[in-house]
Amino acid sequence: MIEVKDIVKSFDGRTVLHDVSATFYTGKTNLIIGQSGSGKTVLMKSLVGLLQPDSGSILFDGRDIVTMPAHEVKELRKEIGMLFQGSALFDSETVLGNVMFPLVMFTDKSREEMLDRAHFCIRRVNLTGAENKYPSEISGGMQKRVAIARAIALNPKYLFCDEPNSGLDPKTSILIDELLSDITHEYGITTVINTHDMNSVLGIGENIIFINKGRREWVGDMTQIYTTANEALNDFVFATELFQQVRNYVKANGTVKHQDQK
Amino acid sequence: MLISNSLATFGRYCLFMKRVFALPDRWGVFGRRTVAEVSKLGIDSIPLVIVISLFIGAVIAIQMQLNITSPLIPAYSVGLATRDIVLLEFSNSILCLILAGKVGSNIASEIGTMRVTEQIDALEIMGVNSSNFLVLPKIIAFVLFMPFLVIICIGTSLIGGYLVAVFTDIISVSRYVYGLQALFNEWYVWYGLIKSLFFAFIIASVASFFGYYVKGGALDVGKASTNGVVSSSILILLFDVILTKLLLQ
Repeated sequence: MIEVKDIVKSFDGRTVLHDVSATFYTGKTNLIIGQSGSGKTVLMKSLVGLLQPDSGSILFDGRDIVTMPAHEVKELRKEIGMLFQGSALFDSETVLGNVMFPLVMFTDKSREEMLDRAHFCIRRVNLTGAENKYPSEISGGMQKRVAIARAIALNPKYLFCDEPNSGLDPKTSILIDELLSDITHEYGITTVINTHDMNSVLGIGENIIFINKGRREWVGDMTQIYTTANEALNDFVFATELFQQVRNYVKANGTVKHQDQK
Repeated sequence: MLISNSLATFGRYCLFMKRVFALPDRWGVFGRRTVAEVSKLGIDSIPLVIVISLFIGAVIAIQMQLNITSPLIPAYSVGLATRDIVLLEFSNSILCLILAGKVGSNIASEIGTMRVTEQIDALEIMGVNSSNFLVLPKIIAFVLFMPFLVIICIGTSLIGGYLVAVFTDIISVSRYVYGLQALFNEWYVWYGLIKSLFFAFIIASVASFFGYYVKGGALDVGKASTNGVVSSSILILLFDVILTKLLLQ
């Protein structure tokens, strides 16, 4: 579990995060949503230690990354997997090389054991057969899946995903969402997803944190979001005619078929 | 303003170098990356060094012959002057200015692209010291391989002059070869090699620094690459003066 307590972050005198508190639960897909410029990327970067908050604490199962000495942060990072918006795969490495990378850098396993683990992760994201391809030779969706395989190679306790669906077609987006949700439940990972994608919000949002103008405005899950009275959240999530119709349907019928109810 | 900016940049460069010269996380990975960089930065530069050296060596020999027309100056001076120009300046300073363009822009654009595509962030989040992981193998590889490039440059340049003697009638082969051997000072070779080590460090470290701190997109990677080449070229010229004063006087 990750607990964020009263974090404040400013840039050049402009406060981007105002006393934000939130809890990200183990074994759940935790979503951070909000408009562009609302501060959710700053929150995500603060969570993974790429930005240092001005005040407040970020507890990874009780360990505060804000006040932790550098060598402990380095150790903690071995428990973190991250999926970047642009995948951030190493161009000079093949798919297998990318997935092997954290194993080579941080484990003392034999080469055979590392290969076994890498092939297992590649199979898990349904990329068998693409091991020897370079990132430039595969599609955006496949790149995202390689990045997921790399992120789970070390069995992380925490998985962070920054806009995992950006640049993907709707069908591939759903596949990535399902994969992230399955992995979260299968391995009991604390998954935090920063997203704009309303399909993700309504499909896999087990714990949704809505950030508006640098403040945490709402917390709930994908069922509660249909009946929220929060105006800013309603404007954000149900901005399109289609989603408004979905909300009206759910309000009238009291339910909606989710991916996990197949 | 300019001075304070320069000092701030120098301070950041020093802090960057402190991170670069940390102990590698994995010596095996470091070794493999260093060998790969030797191939990419060093061996891949050999064709360029050979082509440039051959032609410049030939040009130096022709120009020496054209300028040394006094009957009081012995004819073998063409070989002697060609040799000393190559040993003292061309094979190290000028060669490194040329390599600052090729290798420097290669390093800055590679690391800059990794920065803007979040590959460096990915390394940092994994707990890898990205500056050490990416930059140290480049610096070590290029500094170690530079003496070989200098020696190749010296040999090829002198062959360029020799070919002028063979294929033209402006100087005889025997006088050119005699000039190459006359009044030879071994220290000039060491002087060139020592200078080249400093220049190789400047090229690799300065280009890496500019690439590592890129912010923005593809346009900014291009700017960083240009800044890396310009800054390392100026530093090479500055250190050329300092090292010449220290080593030759």
